[in-house]
Amino acid sequence: MTTTPLLALRGICKRFGALHALTRVELEINAGEVVALVGDNGAGKTTLVKVITGAGPADEGVIEWNGRPVRIARPRDAQSLGIASVYQELALCESLDVVGNLFLGHEICRAGVLDEVAMERRARELDLLDVLSVRIPRTRVPVASLSAGQRQAVAIARALLSEPKILILDEPTAALGVGQTAHFLDLIERLREHSLGVLLISHNLGDVKAVADQVAVLRLGRNNGFFDVLTTSQEQIVSSITGATDNAVTHRKTRPWEATR
Amino acid sequence: MTGTEASGDIDRNRAGVVTGRPSARDPRIGDRPPGLKGHASDFVLRLRSGELGWVPGVCAVIVIWTTFQLLDHHFLSPRNLSNLSVDIVGTGLIAVGLVFVLLLGEIDLSVGAVSGLAAAVFAVLNVNSGMPEWLAVATAALVGAGIGALQGFFFARIGVPAFVVTLAGLLVWNGLMLYVLGANGTINLHANGLVSVLTERYFHNRAVAYGLAAVGAAAYFLASYHDERRRRAARVSSRSLGEIAVRTGAVAVIGFAAAYVLNRFEGLPLALLIFLVSVVGLDFVLRRTRYGRKIFAIGGGAEAARLAGVNVVWIRVSAFAVSGTLAAFGGLFLASRVASVGQTSGSTNLLIDAIAAAVIGGVSLFGGRGTPWSALLGVLVVQSIASGMVLIGVQTSVQSMITGGVLLAAVVLDSLSRHSRKSHGVVL
Repeated sequence: MTTTPLLALRGICKRFGALHALTRVELEINAGEVVALVGDNGAGKTTLVKVITGAGPADEGVIEWNGRPVRIARPRDAQSLGIASVYQELALCESLDVVGNLFLGHEICRAGVLDEVAMERRARELDLLDVLSVRIPRTRVPVASLSAGQRQAVAIARALLSEPKILILDEPTAALGVGQTAHFLDLIERLREHSLGVLLISHNLGDVKAVADQVAVLRLGRNNGFFDVLTTSQEQIVSSITGATDNAVTHRKTRPWEATR
Repeated sequence: MTGTEASGDIDRNRAGVVTGRPSARDPRIGDRPPGLKGHASDFVLRLRSGELGWVPGVCAVIVIWTTFQLLDHHFLSPRNLSNLSVDIVGTGLIAVGLVFVLLLGEIDLSVGAVSGLAAAVFAVLNVNSGMPEWLAVATAALVGAGIGALQGFFFARIGVPAFVVTLAGLLVWNGLMLYVLGANGTINLHANGLVSVLTERYFHNRAVAYGLAAVGAAAYFLASYHDERRRRAARVSSRSLGEIAVRTGAVAVIGFAAAYVLNRFEGLPLALLIFLVSVVGLDFVLRRTRYGRKIFAIGGGAEAARLAGVNVVWIRVSAFAVSGTLAAFGGLFLASRVASVGQTSGSTNLLIDAIAAAVIGGVSLFGGRGTPWSALLGVLVVQSIASGMVLIGVQTSVQSMITGGVLLAAVVLDSLSRHSRKSHGVVL
């Protein structure tokens, strides 16, 4: 932990009226590292994702990018930093076809005119639609007619198309079948090899154990432990999620980077 | 987790059924049966899954024209059709503007009132105050744009539902129009003024109408051919040359038939030319620019578009501004048609006609579907009904009921096709 993290959240607070959705949450993601964010329903995982992606900016706290504090007030701010995300839902525009969705927000233009041919060719060249080995019938069908797994593939392909430095995946495997999930986990490992930082939000601890390096647990809007996947048992993580272990040991592990300072 | 895993596989199977492709062929990108056959199978597939597009509109035109022609053989006379082609322009421009708002999945109920107000502003400034015509036209357009932007602001920024904002607008702008017109109530436009000429000028030279048809067909062919060559070079899905030829042929037949009919009366009307140019231009904006792409995106999922970095507020405000501007121009054409602006300008009937036109032509009230061409097709249906009913002497009360019924039928069709898309795995 001696290098500067790619993305660091310090003391993030977010309120919805009287509800303290996030309280002084800390998180770090390094390049080439897969961090899993786990927690019970309503623990604040999606809220935290929205803070990072600019969809729902934080009320308090600092976001650091390569050690420099940055402001992420809008989705565009996050995109220009190099943060791409795949949301649990609401990820695609139903009325656009696959190519339209892939390039939404960064369309390829020629003299101010959308260059459909270039976009379609690029989508094909990069073979993005093969990422999950999901069969997409044609790039020109509206995404509304795709299955959940196919939509997920399109959403992930779109996130990768912008060549991000950090990829945030919110419940990516929920809609996928067995084979697709396996492909997906392979994909995450490939991304890590390409030194992307990945933040994986998942309910499935099996997936988390399979690919993540670090696990950050959120409980009731607060950090409830950081674990090294290799040295931590699944039971430990589960008890941290459910709040069974709120003890000195987890607190000691809470801020590993502070110990090195 | 077994539940979700199983459903993933079912989803995959269902996708195969939806696309209706034999499993032996690889159904991935860029793949589709070649040539006309592929196009036909595509077409049937889309119809079955509820993507009706222009089909109901074209059927309606055929049925309506046949019916009225049987009832009164003057209906399809060059004179009547030529008048029809001028009559559609005012309402048509309003409907085209409305398409921008409908694509967002919203509605603008104020377009009729705005068109009346803009016409009144023009008439008062030009006729009563003696302002130069071009300046008065520009002011009227700005009034429309400003009103649209204001309503858009209330909707997009403050969060008031669009239908409430524009319903309030309907009352306010109609009231303002009456106020602006003052005690006299009716203002006659200058007989040879710019606005009067809009619907009175015809290109008597036959070459103009035929030339336009030829240029249109040639431009369509060249654009398609160029696109197709690039596609082939890039090895992405492309149309066959035969398909392009058939499509160009259809465009040419319609164009030359229209030109022939128009030339048998007074020639190509200036108003129709302006309308066609507007439709082509706005269709280009909607389908071939980033701005248009964003409008479609918001119509199919505003939150998804926002997360993709689209400035949803700005796009929404601008779409309402476009709607207001085109309503203003539509109002000027309507005023030009009767050579005056009066207290009945911009009536509710106009609003209903404009909405009906857009929806009949295939614009979905649920957002994300439709083009300016839909508005053109729809307004042709609506005006054909109106013109035919006048011709055979149907009472105004009955006309009103019939127009209402047609609107309901169009909306029912829209809802049913949406339902069908849903049952085909389309969750729009």
